[in-house]
Amino acid sequence: MNWTLALPEIVLAVAGLVILVAGVIPKDRDTTFPCAMGVLGAFLVTAVLVIAQGEGTAFGGQYVADDFSAFMKLLALAGAALGLLLALDWNASQGLSRFEYPVLVLFATLGMMVMISANDLMSLYLGLELLSLPLYVLAGFDRDNPRSAEAGLKYFVLGALSSGMLLYGASLVYGFAGTTNFDRLADALSAQSGVSAGVVVGVVFIIAALAFKIAAVPFHMWTPDVYEGAPTPVTAFFAAAPKVAGIALLVRALSGPFGDLAQQWQQVIVLASLGSMLLGAFAAIGQANIKRLMAYSSINNVGFILMGLAVGGESGLRGVLLYTAIYVAMTLGSFAVLVAMRRGGRAVERVDDLAGLGRTDPGMALAMAIFMFSLAGIPPLAGFFAKLYVLLPAVEQGFWLLATVGVLASVVAAYYYLRIIKVMYFDDAAPAFDARPAGVSVVLAATALFTTFFFLFPGAMLAAARQAVAALVG
Amino acid sequence: MNAAGFPILSLLTFLPLVGAAIILFVRGEDATVASNARWTALWTSLIVFVLSLVLWVQFDKTSADYQFVEQVSWLPEFGIAYIMGVDGISVLFVLLSTALTPLCILASWEAVQNRVREYMIAFLVLETMMVGMFCALDLMLFYIFFEGVLIPMFLIIGIWGGARRVYAAYKFFLYTLLGSVLMLLAIIALWYQAGTTSIPELSEFDIGFTLQVWLFLAFFASFAVKVPMWPVHTWLPDAHVEAPTAGSVILAGVLLKMGAYGFLRFSLPLAPDASQMFAPAIYVLSIVAVVYTSLVALAQEDMKKLIAYSSVAHMGIVTLGIFTFNQQGIEGALFTMLSHGVVSGALFLCVGVLYDRVHSREIARYGGVAKIMPAYALVFMLFTMGSVALPGTAGFPGEFLVIVGAWAVNPWVAFGAALGMILGAAYMLYLYRRVAFGKITKQDLRALLDLSPREYATFAPLILLTLWMGVYPQSFLNFFSATVAELVQNHQQALATTARLAGL
Repeated sequence: MNWTLALPEIVLAVAGLVILVAGVIPKDRDTTFPCAMGVLGAFLVTAVLVIAQGEGTAFGGQYVADDFSAFMKLLALAGAALGLLLALDWNASQGLSRFEYPVLVLFATLGMMVMISANDLMSLYLGLELLSLPLYVLAGFDRDNPRSAEAGLKYFVLGALSSGMLLYGASLVYGFAGTTNFDRLADALSAQSGVSAGVVVGVVFIIAALAFKIAAVPFHMWTPDVYEGAPTPVTAFFAAAPKVAGIALLVRALSGPFGDLAQQWQQVIVLASLGSMLLGAFAAIGQANIKRLMAYSSINNVGFILMGLAVGGESGLRGVLLYTAIYVAMTLGSFAVLVAMRRGGRAVERVDDLAGLGRTDPGMALAMAIFMFSLAGIPPLAGFFAKLYVLLPAVEQGFWLLATVGVLASVVAAYYYLRIIKVMYFDDAAPAFDARPAGVSVVLAATALFTTFFFLFPGAMLAAARQAVAALVG
Repeated sequence: MNAAGFPILSLLTFLPLVGAAIILFVRGEDATVASNARWTALWTSLIVFVLSLVLWVQFDKTSADYQFVEQVSWLPEFGIAYIMGVDGISVLFVLLSTALTPLCILASWEAVQNRVREYMIAFLVLETMMVGMFCALDLMLFYIFFEGVLIPMFLIIGIWGGARRVYAAYKFFLYTLLGSVLMLLAIIALWYQAGTTSIPELSEFDIGFTLQVWLFLAFFASFAVKVPMWPVHTWLPDAHVEAPTAGSVILAGVLLKMGAYGFLRFSLPLAPDASQMFAPAIYVLSIVAVVYTSLVALAQEDMKKLIAYSSVAHMGIVTLGIFTFNQQGIEGALFTMLSHGVVSGALFLCVGVLYDRVHSREIARYGGVAKIMPAYALVFMLFTMGSVALPGTAGFPGEFLVIVGAWAVNPWVAFGAALGMILGAAYMLYLYRRVAFGKITKQDLRALLDLSPREYATFAPLILLTLWMGVYPQSFLNFFSATVAELVQNHQQALATTARLAGL
């Protein structure tokens, strides 16, 4: 029983409980800010513990810690921390200053970490639910706003459906393979001469549930509505951190226990990837609301991530990890701009509201332009390398259809990214936004620098991703 | 270390970025910032130009090898390295880029009044991308610079352009991007086959015929748009008309050369058999481009649009020359690229001079300008003659060589190219007559001032170059004859090998 392996999760959970209690006790004043700082501190400590973490399995094989989990956990923690920074000032200005917010973010993050380290269908479900329940509340956090409440409810109903599918799939797999443990599943499935249909159906159900979490076509329907309705910092958090966890789990499940079923699930992932890339590219064109636009953009990006997963192998999975990392940076950066879109304290979220940002706030416009060009995949920005790292293995393994559709979809997607640049730089200036909050500036600067200068030091990240993948396939 | 003793190509490439960074951090009143930005940009680009003269002096013209080579490991895992170097094909384009940039900055001195800081930054970043693209000796590095050009150019057209600038900027960006992403797939396929993206190593690598065909088509998709070849040329008139003067100069002077340069650098050496196979199709497309766009140019009402169509026609001559696969044809194509870079750039500046004063590009708006602005009329005439390819101006040697090269392949192809030259004379002289001669019917034109000292300074180097290239073309041909000879020889060898293998 090697419970010390789970020290990061344990520390984070205890910190969450302490902050929760500490937040309630002072009756007479607002404790949101100290709580948020406490949560950020807890994230920092957890990150250090993750880096220092040993390798191995714990809790009877339910929990695994390796280089892959460390990479993804750090990514999820960074995404959650930056997302929380964006929320600091927003919640105060929108009258949503409640200390539960950081605590909910903390527990969602804890759920992600459990998911990433899951080595058993049971711990997978446990982590997924621990992630999902706070997310439902967060989506409806602006409870007096009908759209936010609607987003929360919609997310909850569809999320419950996907949880049901996951459970159903897991029970099928258990019924036909006789175990829920990933290692033993891998043994059982590789030993069988033929694969029973029940396992395949079960795997497809599990994939469907996870595809729902990462908003891949055809399980993307909730995304635009929830992205639009939820408060903007919550959307930023949604777009970054839970995706990391979902992708990590998908990668671990499909390369580990179900790795020998690649023939069966590969076509599912290929289809989801094609659908996501195309839908994400075309459906965003007509969007006037920038949050909806970013929702479709995220679907498009998930398509590329799934391309790497469909290709599989060491280089394909490495592409997945790098793409995810770069995607998180670009997304958080663009959402930082969205969070700063406020006039007279009121949030505005139409694309046209960005008009003339190049004049009213040149710094922020420059950062947004960098993110948009990067999302469009224009070199030498980071987004180009992200696409390159998934296209390389796709071409190498002969996935020509995926690669060609991918690059063509990215040209279509470039159209709407350019539209944002056009609005910011070519159009006449609209009234300026309110002063940019400090948290937004920090996130903007960090992500913009990363996106711009990634090409100078691609080696370090590549090495980290390779090490992480080696833990899975090696 | 290379002949210069220091990494000169990297310096040339990234020095403009230093200037851009300085401009970025200038603070103060709007007027101060604008003036600081102008001077910083001018000095940066002048320093880059002076440095680039080292290449002119130290380049070994007898060698066909890559020179001033620098190599740094970049993505060792993928066999992608940062390799810079120039040979006879690229060295003069580096010089062309560094020479045109200061002139463009000078030409925008007064024409650009809003957001001067951003404008100058965009131009310096553009210079980095252009120079880097011509120096890159790694396919992936080449692609990065090739695509990176889109960002500053999109902003230059979109922010400082004319009335339909948004449409033109989109069209420019998406057309080029669509072509380029297919090239990216080809590059990746090539990397996967050969295990490297270094151009010198790739040229040693023998590529199978099927892959050659696909490679050729993918590269063609990208370069044909960039050249531009008929029928994918339609972005060019829009982009030219809407871009600010300096943007048009760079577009015509350097960016159009990127496509033809790509053909020479990649399509020919990497896919020799496929190039030979597709050559007839290229001839047809080129001759259609030459004849059709010349006719279209005759009908234009807008000066910039006319020159834009003439660019398409000239680039048709260039692609024709490249795909003759003989010494004269390719040398002629290279020379035409250089002369077109100088002459059409200068013609756009000429239009800019009138536009700055009258704010109209409509040909009918002018007439009798020669009486009011005699010096300007002389300059304009010189460049008109250069575009017509009058012997003694820059246009002649290149087009002559291309026709000679084409004759060796097929006299009818040469006939098509020569037809284009006649039509070229027709539309350029027609333009010149309508603008410079005739009665002065618009009375407000009488108040126009002739060239200012700043405009003289802008035109002087271009006049000098036009005459120099026309009178003594050998000083330029010397640079690339060794490289072209080797290119042609390698091409013949590759074809011979294929033929021998087919005979077995």
